[in-house]
Amino acid sequence: MKPVYINSLGSISCQKTFDNSSFLDEIISYEDHIILAVDPNYKDYISPANSRRMAKGVKMGVVASKIALNEANLETVDAIITGTGMGCLKDSEKFLSAIINNDEQFLTPTSFIQSTHNTVGGQIALGLQCKGYNFTYVHASISFESAVLDAKLMLENNEANTILVGGVDEIEDYTCSLHKLVNHIKKEKVNSTDLLRSKTEGAVFSEGANFFVLSNLKQESSYAQIVEIRTYNTLGNTSITDTASAFLKENNLNTEVIDLLILGNNGDVRYDGFYNELSAGIFKNTQQVYYKHLCGEFNTASSFGVWLASKILKTQKLPEQVKLNNIQPSNYKTVLLYNQYRGENHSFTLLRRC
Amino acid sequence: MEDLKQELKENIVEQLNLEDIAVEDIDDNDMLFGDGLGLDSIDALELIVMLDKNYGIKLTDPKEGRAIFESINVMAKYIFENRTK
Repeated sequence: MKPVYINSLGSISCQKTFDNSSFLDEIISYEDHIILAVDPNYKDYISPANSRRMAKGVKMGVVASKIALNEANLETVDAIITGTGMGCLKDSEKFLSAIINNDEQFLTPTSFIQSTHNTVGGQIALGLQCKGYNFTYVHASISFESAVLDAKLMLENNEANTILVGGVDEIEDYTCSLHKLVNHIKKEKVNSTDLLRSKTEGAVFSEGANFFVLSNLKQESSYAQIVEIRTYNTLGNTSITDTASAFLKENNLNTEVIDLLILGNNGDVRYDGFYNELSAGIFKNTQQVYYKHLCGEFNTASSFGVWLASKILKTQKLPEQVKLNNIQPSNYKTVLLYNQYRGENHSFTLLRRC
Repeated sequence: MEDLKQELKENIVEQLNLEDIAVEDIDDNDMLFGDGLGLDSIDALELIVMLDKNYGIKLTDPKEGRAIFESINVMAKYIFENRTK
């Protein structure tokens, strides 16, 4: 089987991550319960004629993929695989609202066409004129991981050489109001730096798009190797500690060789226990970082974690603002990411320095 | 008639999300499709719905739209003569 590398990346998030020449040089701090992605100048990447039907999620996905392709010096790819938990929410809400408000009459086609989950993958392919494999995974908070897993299998088996893989989700008012009702979103506004000390229910919701060019051809500029990725819908009677230990054992590793543990803590007092069990347990002597105080929570927020891990592995620099403890390894060679949302859809992603 | 033309231009820019076109950029005789504003077949469907919703005009044959949506002048004249609301 061929190894799989992250050759380039593009990110649009609540931080100014769309410029690949910098790495969280300037951190934007928020005090809110819903935060929006920082917009690049979309017109620099998409013509007005092409962007006029695109909602923010589509624009974010298209632009993040263009940034990744530009960095990899690629005009096109063999396949496009997208992960999205909720798809194109803005157009879905627009279309459904029109049905209700107009008594099921006067329905226009644009928002319906643009509301499907595979709109982002489709628009990227249209822009690139890429007629290759195009798939969108809609698997809640393991949507991105499912996309990566599919790409990894294709690349390992040499079914493709370069694949554009990404995670994208946008937020919209009505869906957020429903999440607020059931306490998935924090009732109170939380300062980014106090997220893990909030001790309240819910998370700070957000949006973003992180795209990567994965390839079985290593480049000098490659960021990292994807060694393994595993998802678990539920853990059953197995603890997260045992699950993590088994995952490492299957990869002939142990906790001591993990230089950095990247955790998806979102400050929800009901579910951060999964992360705390690992950070205070078998990984207590490992350097730990978190990132959802920077990018917020959304179904594909873990793609921001992979973006962060890739940057750390390539630059060997760790921004102070993401540190959870002060353990300092001599360098960063092997990074483990763990994410879950509301106690379900756990995932481990193992990256290694190129 | 002039008010109707202005209203049509505003609706077209807003509902078709013509981000790079201002209302005052549209001449009454500009072609809406093709070389003019560059509208396409999806826009034609949006305009058919707009005629129905705003002016009570039902186009049963989408091909009719080809002549009616030629320009703001032609469209305004058709609406003026056929509107039911």
